[in-house]
Amino acid sequence: MIMLASLLTIVTHHWFDIRDLSNLSGAIYDILRDDLNFPNWLIYVISALLGTLGIISFIGGVAVINIWVERRVVGRMQSRLGPNRLGPFGLLQPIADAIKLMQKEVLQPTSAPGIVFTLAPILFTVPGIAIMAVLPWGRNMTLASLDVGLLYILGVSSLAALSVFMAGYSSNNKYSLFGAMRAIAMLVSYEIPIVVALLGIVLFAGTMNLQGIVLFQEDHWTLMILLQPLAFLVYFFSVSAELNRTPADISEAESEIVGGYHTEYSGMKFGLFYAAELINAVAVSAIISTLFLGGWWLYKVDEIVPGWMIYIGKIYTVYFLFVWTRGTLPRFRIDQLLAFAWKWLTPMALSNVVLVAAEVLIWDESGWSAGILIPAYIVINNVLAGVIVFSFVRLLSPKFQRFPDTLRFYPNIDVPSLPAVAAHPEPRADLPAPGARPI
Amino acid sequence: MIEDTGIVVAFWVLAVTTIGCALMVAAVRDLLQAVLFLALTFVGVAGIYIVLSADFVAVVQVLIYAGAIAVLMTFAVMLTPAADRGNSETMFQAPAAILAGLVLAVIVFVAYDTTWQISGRGAFPATAASLGEAFLKPYAVPFEVASVLLMTAMIGAIVLTKEDDGDYALEQGDDHA
Amino acid sequence: MPELPLLASLQLEQVLVVGGILFAIGLYLALSKRNAVGILMGVELMLNAVNVTLLAFSRFVVSPRPLDGQVFAVFVITVAAAEASVALALAVSVYKHRETVNIDEIDLLRW
Repeated sequence: MIMLASLLTIVTHHWFDIRDLSNLSGAIYDILRDDLNFPNWLIYVISALLGTLGIISFIGGVAVINIWVERRVVGRMQSRLGPNRLGPFGLLQPIADAIKLMQKEVLQPTSAPGIVFTLAPILFTVPGIAIMAVLPWGRNMTLASLDVGLLYILGVSSLAALSVFMAGYSSNNKYSLFGAMRAIAMLVSYEIPIVVALLGIVLFAGTMNLQGIVLFQEDHWTLMILLQPLAFLVYFFSVSAELNRTPADISEAESEIVGGYHTEYSGMKFGLFYAAELINAVAVSAIISTLFLGGWWLYKVDEIVPGWMIYIGKIYTVYFLFVWTRGTLPRFRIDQLLAFAWKWLTPMALSNVVLVAAEVLIWDESGWSAGILIPAYIVINNVLAGVIVFSFVRLLSPKFQRFPDTLRFYPNIDVPSLPAVAAHPEPRADLPAPGARPI
Repeated sequence: MIEDTGIVVAFWVLAVTTIGCALMVAAVRDLLQAVLFLALTFVGVAGIYIVLSADFVAVVQVLIYAGAIAVLMTFAVMLTPAADRGNSETMFQAPAAILAGLVLAVIVFVAYDTTWQISGRGAFPATAASLGEAFLKPYAVPFEVASVLLMTAMIGAIVLTKEDDGDYALEQGDDHA
Repeated sequence: MPELPLLASLQLEQVLVVGGILFAIGLYLALSKRNAVGILMGVELMLNAVNVTLLAFSRFVVSPRPLDGQVFAVFVITVAAAEASVALALAVSVYKHRETVNIDEIDLLRW
């Protein structure tokens, strides 16, 4: 009876207020604690389960919709139509894809260690989902408000390397192993610019809590992308490499190594890899929109529109950028990609950290107000970012020559001369004649 | 003394998993699978750190041990393709087992024989900020020394594994990338 | 429901025993494995066990500055990372000369 009454209170007071879904969860919490007298740990378990359910249902919906979004957008960029047959605008296409994947036989190489082979795609989906737990969806909407949230994201996403290795190693296929080792080399190299770029954000915001970083941007009425454009550039490019998406998908390069680490996977196991890729893209877009674009906050707009809607809008804006790079850029070679991480992104990220550290020191020591300093920093940082990027490009790229003096690659390679072949070879007796029909 | 039932249960589950994975590292007959079990052990140890209310150290443990060192070990195994991957033991297996058992007995005896000065203090609040202050104020010199050590280790690793001869043409090609 | 004594509360000694078991397994691995990478796994496991005990002391024992145990744990992790990178580089460079990383076959320095 009391339960019914409190449910009625929610419906009349909170339910329609969708600006902040935390009202709903707060009401559920109150019912569990006050009316039902559950012990603390049970309340904790139930609220954690509810939050997880929300996140997983969001991820499931996103993974299904993004297949359609990605194919349509890339199709439009390449002057194609994309899927448009099934349902209005082809919207039912992902469901048909999913049904097809579920019906397919799940093949497994006979000599593969079965448990590792099966566990790899499952573990590969974990980091993308686990990252979602610490993201702030609104002013009071965080499942786990960790004080080490940013470090947690880095740690969890570094675990993806191991599951990729498990997939490649257990497939017992040399192309899979090539793909896995490429992926690991890439993940390990790109970890460094990512961490150093995020260091600049942490220095400025003074906290590793993602909600704290959003609140910092709200307090100072600015977006981090304006304050640290260099960190944004470095993070965006490094993370698009870590996502294995097309400008950097050397670990599954179809034209070089068949399919990389998921060559041997079929059916729903392959489907998990495919879904995990989409989930990771969304998770990374969410991280970028939290750190650089202000998360759920947007200059007074968040007082009218619910914060989580703004957040999803920002996520899809960043996701569109990822789809854009995928639709327009060709694939890098592996040595180009690793050189890009070590020679370009890492020095840029380091120079960003030095710059930001100096600015934070000035802020702390001089006692000038943030209202003067932050616009000045925005101007200085944008100009310096342009200068740094431009000078790096001039410094590191080879000078353009229409007719190069020296060959650029492998100048000393001995090309063995081919054996002379007769223009019209004699027909061999042990082979069937060219026109003969096979038996 | 921790009395929260959930945390105690979590500790024992984590402890049993971690020790089981560590035993599998010794038992499994394939070096790469041993590396995978070792990564699981590292994650389990990170869970034990969280029980002991060291959230920063736990996250660093996942980032460095499971994310970097385990990957480094797979690299080392893959870079030594002709070496034995059977995860086999030398002839010192029995003495090593006996010695390890003795060490464990001593540790258990000491742990239960000593009277520890237990403080009734509760779990730490979030540790990241206070750890950062500790690193930059009382422990600034060791912190700098640690960074120098990492630098030295990096240079040493590069020098040790660098190819001295051959591949000149390849390096020439790399410069333009 | 009668409560199990083990689940009622967590004492310092129990955490120390878990750390001790991990240390013993690490010691056994480091002393008995043939492959150099296997030995390194044992060493890393021992360092982890030491970290568990350090954090247990930092959590339970009376101290004017209780967080120092965690500071030490971070330093141990740093040193372990440096040690792992150098040790694996050594293993790879030994492999280049001897085509093996089994420590009972690397015996150039015997008397």
